[in-house]
Amino acid sequence: MFSRWTPFEWIVALRFLREGRLQTIFIIMGVAIGVAVIVFMSALLAGLQTNFIRRVLSAQSHIQLLPPKELTRPLRGLPDNAPRPGVASVIEGAVVQPPLQRLKSIDQWQALAVQIREMPEVQVVSPMAGGSALVLRGSVSRSVSLNGIEPEQYFRIVDLRDKMVRGSTRLTGTDILIGIELASDLGLDAGDKLRISTAAVVSDPLTISGIFDLGNKGVNSRSVFMALHTAQGLLGLPGGVTSLDVTVHDVYSAERVAQRITATTGVVADSWIRTSAQFFAAISAQTTANRAIRFFVALSVAFGIASVLVVVVVQKSREIGILRAMGISQGQILRVFLLQGGLLALGGAVAGSLAGAAALALWQRYARNADGTVMFPLVLDPMLFAVALVVASLTGLLAAVAPALRAARLDPVVAIRG
Amino acid sequence: MSLRGVRKAYNTGTSIETEVLHGIDLDLMRGEFCAVMGPSGSGKSTLLNIIGLLDRPSSGSVAVCGEQTDKLDDRSLTRLRGHSIGFVFQYHHLITAFSALENVMMPMLGAAGFASDAMRERAAMLIDSVGLRDHQHNGAANLSGGQQQRVAIARALAMNPALLLADEPTGNLDTRSADDVFSLFRKFNVAHSTTVLFVTHNPTLAARCDKIIRVVDGQLMP
Repeated sequence: MFSRWTPFEWIVALRFLREGRLQTIFIIMGVAIGVAVIVFMSALLAGLQTNFIRRVLSAQSHIQLLPPKELTRPLRGLPDNAPRPGVASVIEGAVVQPPLQRLKSIDQWQALAVQIREMPEVQVVSPMAGGSALVLRGSVSRSVSLNGIEPEQYFRIVDLRDKMVRGSTRLTGTDILIGIELASDLGLDAGDKLRISTAAVVSDPLTISGIFDLGNKGVNSRSVFMALHTAQGLLGLPGGVTSLDVTVHDVYSAERVAQRITATTGVVADSWIRTSAQFFAAISAQTTANRAIRFFVALSVAFGIASVLVVVVVQKSREIGILRAMGISQGQILRVFLLQGGLLALGGAVAGSLAGAAALALWQRYARNADGTVMFPLVLDPMLFAVALVVASLTGLLAAVAPALRAARLDPVVAIRG
Repeated sequence: MSLRGVRKAYNTGTSIETEVLHGIDLDLMRGEFCAVMGPSGSGKSTLLNIIGLLDRPSSGSVAVCGEQTDKLDDRSLTRLRGHSIGFVFQYHHLITAFSALENVMMPMLGAAGFASDAMRERAAMLIDSVGLRDHQHNGAANLSGGQQQRVAIARALAMNPALLLADEPTGNLDTRSADDVFSLFRKFNVAHSTTVLFVTHNPTLAARCDKIIRVVDGQLMP
């Protein structure tokens, strides 16, 4: 019996759906499969991308500020180098060689770091004094990339604490952290001592406080970390830094933030999006492919609902005619069929979301690496399900527009006659 | 109810234009019980559809309950139809998704938007008055032809209409059921002064009406 709180349109829509039970179940299943595919794929690809980006960006900053490069300024044909209307600037016939890029510091880097830290998008700013050096151990030497850091800042960008295989991350003035490959090549372990030679000086013996594994053989054999002031002394950059490493809250905004930094400070700022352009292009292509798949699945769901409702309108045309004869308005008939579309889609979306969540749980459980660890963590974002429910319901409503209009515009005389 | 010069043509403006009603003039007073007779294809159903505001005449005017309908839009026609006119069709056309009682409630529910106890009570009273109290919760599809036609009559009376239009309501019933259904029409006609227009091919039933209107080739015969 009718509830006194249920509007006429809801009563009729629900009864029509209940009457065509098998048809209703099949279309709900169809919508559910579509929504489940969308939910599963979205969560999977989001997890995959997050994992890729986390792996790539956990070993580097999002933006790197560098000192300007040395440029050769060729002499011009005009004494004051100023362009004049009608007079072409002419480079002199001399061969112009590119200049040597000397190691140099970012000018006024402390003030610059403070200025960048105040930007709302910025998370961490970490100074670094970096350059080439040789690690000396007895008669053996290895060329390395020397990184002088402020640990409390730098570890918020690249958390070496998670990557230590032996020893600790202690970095006093006489400590050094080396990679596992370098330690292996030179037969070193935590607590051992070595020297570093640069173009400027050879260091006093430094103590290996820890050995790290950054998951990359090349990096593990070529990178060493030490306290900023130690590196500054070795590189001949007293008080200077060769780069400022910056992380931002939203990794995808890195290029925009980098451009803003360059625009406001004049310092060259490279974002990971530019320096890892191919990786970013692959991520973008994946996102586009995912969107295309979701769009076409949603389209097929919409056509499925529309086709079922067209059949329902044909099946119910005589009843629609009778309803019109007894004073039911075109608007009420329209709403009855729109509601059916919305309800079919909502029902399918709820079932599909549950199925998608179950599939994701199964994936999480059974898709493992060879060592048994989780392949990559998936996050079941409630917003994904909320969006799936809303978008599916709206799609159902939209799909129902044409059949509902057809039902509302049925000529009652023709409909009753059949 | 009043018709003046009503004509109805189909495929107007084409080479196969067919006029099925040729200038009908007709007046029905409140409480009249009229039989409409005529051969198949004579225009009886078209006349009924025009009187019932389901169809518009090609020309001429129709007044229902004192209201001229020529200039009314679809929404106003629908409202007038819902409140003033009840229909009973030959094939009863109940909505199978609902029970007998719910079918009777439908016109009231559609007009009010929400169900109420008063609606339920009136529907139960009407179902009772057509002798189907024991079947009120049965699905419409589970009733016999005669029972379905009784439910259709109860539904047509739900809004207490001034005009009741019945298009061969006994055409598919056996003699006894047809007699019962006719008696119901007469009962409501007397009890509520409902004007009844009753299309039939049965001369015995027609003879029991107050007046007989004969439609032949789209015209009323004296």
